[in-house]
Amino acid sequence: MRQLSLDDIEALAVGAWILGTGGGGSPYHALLNLRRLYAEGTRVDLIDVDEIADDDAIAVVSVMGAPLVILERLVDSRLIARAVTAMEEHLGRKFRAVMAIEIGGGNGMQPLLAAAHLGIPVVDADAMGRAYPEAQMTSFAVGNLSPSPLTSIDPRGNEVVVSKTSTWKWMERVSRKVCTEFGSIAATCKAPRTGAEVRRWGIARTTSKAISLGLSVREANRRHEDPIEAILKAESGKRLFTGKVVEVERRTTEGFLRGRTVFDGLGPDRDTKVVIDFQNEWTVLWRGGEPVASTPELICVLDSETGEAIGTETIRYGQRVTVIVLPAAEVFLTPRGLEHVGPRAFGYDIDFRPVFRT
Amino acid sequence: MKRIGIDVGGTNTDVVLVADGKVAHGVKAPTTSDVTSGIVSAIETLAAEVDLGQGVDAVMVGTTHFINAVVQRRSLNKVAAIRIALPATGGLPPFTGWPADLAELANGGVWQIEGGHDYDGRRFMPLDVEAARRIAREIRDRGLKCAAVTAMFSPLDASDEEAIADILRDACPGISVTCSHRIGGIGLLERENAAILNASLIELAGETIEAFDRAKSRIGVTAPLFVTQNDGTVAEAARAVAYPIYSFASGPTNSMRGAAYLSGLEEAIVVDVGGTTSDFGHLRLGFPREANAAVHVGGVRTLFRMPDLISIGLGGGSLVDTTANRIGPVSVGYRLTKEALVFGGSTLTATDVAVAAGLLDLGDRSRVAHLPAVTVRTVLARATEMVEEQVDRMKVDAGDVTLIAVGGGAFLVPDALRGVARVVRVEHGGCANAVGAAIAQVSGEVDQVFQGKTRAEAIAAARELADQRAAEAGARRDSLVMVEAEDTPIAYLPGNAMRVRVRVVGDIQAR
Repeated sequence: MRQLSLDDIEALAVGAWILGTGGGGSPYHALLNLRRLYAEGTRVDLIDVDEIADDDAIAVVSVMGAPLVILERLVDSRLIARAVTAMEEHLGRKFRAVMAIEIGGGNGMQPLLAAAHLGIPVVDADAMGRAYPEAQMTSFAVGNLSPSPLTSIDPRGNEVVVSKTSTWKWMERVSRKVCTEFGSIAATCKAPRTGAEVRRWGIARTTSKAISLGLSVREANRRHEDPIEAILKAESGKRLFTGKVVEVERRTTEGFLRGRTVFDGLGPDRDTKVVIDFQNEWTVLWRGGEPVASTPELICVLDSETGEAIGTETIRYGQRVTVIVLPAAEVFLTPRGLEHVGPRAFGYDIDFRPVFRT
Repeated sequence: MKRIGIDVGGTNTDVVLVADGKVAHGVKAPTTSDVTSGIVSAIETLAAEVDLGQGVDAVMVGTTHFINAVVQRRSLNKVAAIRIALPATGGLPPFTGWPADLAELANGGVWQIEGGHDYDGRRFMPLDVEAARRIAREIRDRGLKCAAVTAMFSPLDASDEEAIADILRDACPGISVTCSHRIGGIGLLERENAAILNASLIELAGETIEAFDRAKSRIGVTAPLFVTQNDGTVAEAARAVAYPIYSFASGPTNSMRGAAYLSGLEEAIVVDVGGTTSDFGHLRLGFPREANAAVHVGGVRTLFRMPDLISIGLGGGSLVDTTANRIGPVSVGYRLTKEALVFGGSTLTATDVAVAAGLLDLGDRSRVAHLPAVTVRTVLARATEMVEEQVDRMKVDAGDVTLIAVGGGAFLVPDALRGVARVVRVEHGGCANAVGAAIAQVSGEVDQVFQGKTRAEAIAAARELADQRAAEAGARRDSLVMVEAEDTPIAYLPGNAMRVRVRVVGDIQAR
């Protein structure tokens, strides 16, 4: 167990945004909450998966909702804490610790907000190792763990417990409906996990991974060194492409932001062109009509100068970017894992071809 | 039609007389710390050099005074910040994320009450009118003169902000209230920050604009005074005093509008190369393209109507390091005429290199004769690269563009650039900013949700409202043109709801 410093948390905001692979929502509001809580003297502890007991109860949290709505409703640390205590009331037992459903984007920081109020530690793990848009796109779903119960909280005192759903897809449908009624935003505590389940099916050490990514970027920027080199070194990633954005197409369908971005190469990649498709997050990278990288491996589009991630919502013509790929969590590389989050799960008729040989 | 255009920059105050659509005369004077004496001396010089006669129809002033007050932390009022969004957002109260020194100056107290709306126009919570009345009394007792009111989703439904503003005005005589929906769009924290900054500048705006008015009267001009806005239009002084934040970016905006006017082009990239920086912007239908991302002002994250600009440290006074082949970002600024080599100084500047290359004739050319030709070429090539990269960043697609180069340092922009079809230079390009002020028009804008209408009907209804607002702001109705129309369907709301944003501009109604 170690206490997180404010520096760790500032770094987590940068790293979680990178692991968001273009989506996941901005960690900015969560960071503002944590700066305030730290200024008031609150501290958050991080524990390793090896420090939890098999029968410990672990809360799994996230904020569901539309990015536009979050811009007005903001993020309130007390709300995510309430989602956890509502679940405790439903279960009739206390949680030992809290963890993220997805490390990518703002949700990577939500367990810290809950932990700050509840006085319990954050488990260094999540269920995606990145960001994905739907409930069934998690390692817990791949492990066929129970999708329920779930608590969904609105700040006006409206609280829903979804006590049972037969599948992860049903949980996605029902909880999404509740979220829409609340104004398209809800703080949720997902199906609770035992310590044993987290160790078997959770993706371990992703919070510390995001922190170390963020520290590398911040340190490189401070020293005026190449932040992207620092990321690749810290995370054994691969640089795929350096270039600039020449075209962006976006459309909103079925509640998702879909589209594609075209990049022209610069420097060593001059005269080549790549296309990256997105569905909230970056999904498939194409070169000459051939898929070169795809989900579940992490396609990260970074600002070539600062190393900061660029989101699919805000990417625009002329930005100078470096595209890197980071390895996927192993649980997603199995046939069953690929069923949940491989290219076919996003509607592509292609097989997953790994950038990293396993 | 005779107009005086004035642009008060950080270094120089430019004044031009535009008569019958032509730039009749222009003068430059150093900007003074009180701003107004610089303006007076510049207008007096203008009056001495040309006959202003009685026929001046309007005086338009653009100023960086208000944004500088924020950046330099001076002349700011304490603001009562009222947010209508409880029980949401309470964890991040007003002034969250502000630099401590600025919050110290502007924070006159924070109040949060229940109310506001949701993204689909439904009410979030009933407005707590009782709490508002109690708050109004507290604000009166504390003697606060300015307030900023921000409600959840007020850009979609402003009624709660209006209601609270009325309560405040009733309870606190003489208070000035800034409603956030008049300032910015979706993004509660950023819109609130902008509204608070605006409120904190109200008193300074009143004093400054009054001083402009006095300066104008002192030289015997009775024509009305207008203040230039971020979007390239003007507002009558009486309206401008309520929205100082709308003139934050008027300098670069005026340059772009001046460039459009002087070149006759409506679609182009503009680069204004000054002494210290180069500002790049994109003209669309003759107006600067708006930024759609957060803009930091004095360390505060804001979101309001600002032009999309890129500013880099490249100007006539930029220091040149020949070993690293680096230009800027440090500049000798207004000390150019003392410190540059060609003026007898000892600092190598971009101007010196341009003189050595024969691009311009300034100072004593023999003092740069020692620069090797290859060095001169390399440095200018670097300047070209810097311009090319920013022009490309400013584009919205890959096609070649027209580039208008204005400003005193425009000699650093060569005639041939990658990604540029042609470079346009204009007469009076050195004072494009003051020209942009002089030729400014009046605008009217509407951004609201319409229901039960077809797309065409909704846009027509918005257009009618925008026309009305522009006429109220001083525009001639038959000259109004729609320059922006944008509609976004809103899901989950019955009756075909859509958010429509329309902006019209037109000429000032002659008196």
